[in-house]
Amino acid sequence: MNEKSQSTPEGNDPQKEARNKSRRDFLRRFGLAGAAAAAGGAALYSGYQYEKAKGKSEMVRVLTDDNRLVMVPRDQIQESKPDQAFLQKRGRKGLKGHRWVMVIDLSKCRNARQCVKACQKAHHLRPHEYHITTLEMQDGPNTAPYFMPKPCQHCDNPPCVSVCPVDATFKRQDGIVLIDNERCIGCRFCMSACPYSARMFQWQEPFMAEDYEENPQPYDVELNIPQAKGTISKCLFSADRLREAELPYCVSACPNGVFYFGDENEDAVTNGTTKETVRLSALLKQNAGYRLMEELGTKPRVYYLPPKNRLFDFDDQPSSYKGDNEEKA
Amino acid sequence: MALATPNTNHQFEEKAASDIMQPVGLNIKFHAWMGLLTLVLMACLYAYYTQLRDGLSVTGLRDYVNWGMYIANFVFFVAASLIGMLISGVLGLLGFQWIKPIARIAEIIAVAFAAVAGLVIVSDMGRPDRLPFVFLYGRVQSPILWDVTVVTTYLVLSLMLYYVPLLPDLAIGKTRMNQSHGWLAKIYDILSLNWKHYPEQYNILHKAVRILLILIVPTAFAIHTVTSWLFAVNPRAGWDSTIFGPYFLTGAFVAGCAALIIAMYFFRSNYKLHRYITPEHFDKMGKLLVLTSIIYLYFNINEFLVPGYKLKEADAIHLHELFSGHYAPLFWGTQILGLILPLILLLFKPMRKPLPVLIISFFVLAGAWAKRYIIVVPTMEHPYLPKQYVPDEWMLYQPTLTETAITVGSIVLVLMIITILAKLFPVIPIWEIEEKPNQTSNQTNETS
Repeated sequence: MNEKSQSTPEGNDPQKEARNKSRRDFLRRFGLAGAAAAAGGAALYSGYQYEKAKGKSEMVRVLTDDNRLVMVPRDQIQESKPDQAFLQKRGRKGLKGHRWVMVIDLSKCRNARQCVKACQKAHHLRPHEYHITTLEMQDGPNTAPYFMPKPCQHCDNPPCVSVCPVDATFKRQDGIVLIDNERCIGCRFCMSACPYSARMFQWQEPFMAEDYEENPQPYDVELNIPQAKGTISKCLFSADRLREAELPYCVSACPNGVFYFGDENEDAVTNGTTKETVRLSALLKQNAGYRLMEELGTKPRVYYLPPKNRLFDFDDQPSSYKGDNEEKA
Repeated sequence: MALATPNTNHQFEEKAASDIMQPVGLNIKFHAWMGLLTLVLMACLYAYYTQLRDGLSVTGLRDYVNWGMYIANFVFFVAASLIGMLISGVLGLLGFQWIKPIARIAEIIAVAFAAVAGLVIVSDMGRPDRLPFVFLYGRVQSPILWDVTVVTTYLVLSLMLYYVPLLPDLAIGKTRMNQSHGWLAKIYDILSLNWKHYPEQYNILHKAVRILLILIVPTAFAIHTVTSWLFAVNPRAGWDSTIFGPYFLTGAFVAGCAALIIAMYFFRSNYKLHRYITPEHFDKMGKLLVLTSIIYLYFNINEFLVPGYKLKEADAIHLHELFSGHYAPLFWGTQILGLILPLILLLFKPMRKPLPVLIISFFVLAGAWAKRYIIVVPTMEHPYLPKQYVPDEWMLYQPTLTETAITVGSIVLVLMIITILAKLFPVIPIWEIEEKPNQTSNQTNETS
């Protein structure tokens, strides 16, 4: 604008006799530059005015990655899929303010294995590859047999996380133990360390390897997909579902009301079948809830309710009672 | 003397120099042996290629037994490599003179096994391409980090303990190389770092070796203790033990002694070194093997008897499996043929003659390998929770041919390193073979 006002009087003064040729020359060049600047300035100004007017009418509020609410002109918004760096950052951080917890009611399990199937479908696993499995249990030769779903216990003192050499498996602030198969070196120390045999290894090309090749997708650490050969995979408490405020795959799939899932901070857990929400502390207290191998000090986040008054009978002796064979005979 | 040097303190024997340098250099036997090893190695490398291509599914490892032959072999390699520290470090620092002719052989074994141990671990990794992650993202809480650190340190120290005392011999050797080995003389010349046998040089050498010897003792203790912790830190029956560190360490000395005796016998007869590696040496090594075996037996008794007395549920399953179950033949075979019988036999002097002690050492070494297998595998076959709804072959571990071939490949690599070091450079320190009568009088004074 400044140049514009300067150039106008000079440009309007061509009639004036020029005593000095070089001066006139200079003025002419100066005038040219001035005209160009004026045109450019005007264009910029009008553009700015246009943008201003447009923005005023069509601003939208958008929530950013880091949870800030910002205003953006609507026609400036571009569709974006979460890339890997974003998924990693989000997945390693966890859901703030939550302490996820699972309760498994052993009196209701009749070994339908729907939890297993739903989990395998969600995480692209073969029928004998498990994040969660059910076990036929018998604690002693004269005690009652029962079925026990066994996911990762998401220990608060996880032996697997301690021994990992590269921070591939880690504990999130919301209590979930995840595995990052982009980082895992496949040493399997975590499998050796886990007393619950909760981890699995991709010994060969993953189940859906061909599909991954045809449709490349960024690795989501909360879903552990795509699965990768030569790395660990494990139960994730369906971290991707929790982000969507949904119950885990196994919990929703159970037809018998075995699973409760919820937030320890809220002291509330929801049954995946009946969708009934109950107090966690009351549920554990009334049913004498316990955790697996408490004596190891792993502090699991999965609680079990004892298999009393079972709804379903056990047909046979469990196929592989782990105790002393002689005693069993 | 062929070398007119200002050296006065170190008069090496002319005959010793020519005897020891005599087998140095490449001959038809070397080429044939290396050719054979290379062929076998190629087959083993192909096996490793299939593992890279198809994943660890080519092994017998599965979700329950996720560590097997590779890890057992790794522990064995680390164990065998400790002999370098026992001979040069412990006995050397204590001032025993008789170890001088065999100290370098012990170092060769240490270097070869320690170097390949790292590769064995890589062969067990699901993603060997991510090895740099251990350095990029290493977490100091993980025993794997400790293991990588100390194994590397031990390898470097062992290499230096091999190389530094080799310097005078390189200077001696370069002048005695025959015409066909001009290139080797050149290598000697470069590697000898202009060694001139000056007394000051020997002073520095002695000081340097002493520092290395002092450093190698704690390092060697660390590598095998940390290796044992790879198991002992896990809450599993059979590994959940507080004595794993010393248990592994003493076991390592047993394995190392046996490996050294075998190597001594081989070099003695093939390199015609009867004058330098004497029956006396075999007798003393036999005694050392008895001593280490007794300590190892003591730890074995502790390791099995104490849990066996209590028979806690998980321990009971594990011990039943070892004492009378699936692993009983291997367990008792290892304990009796690989430890107790050798120990008893070696108490008798005729059994400590070169040939008997060689045969016994083969049993001890094979037993040492099998023992590592017994430590690693059966524990993994008995997790706390039952194994169900998996294919039958996941229940028990059975090493596959591919896996075995890759393991054989690692042993071939060890043999190749030993062969090259022992064929290109003298296996006995020439400059330390001096004042022969004095040395023998030392020998008779000592008891082991």
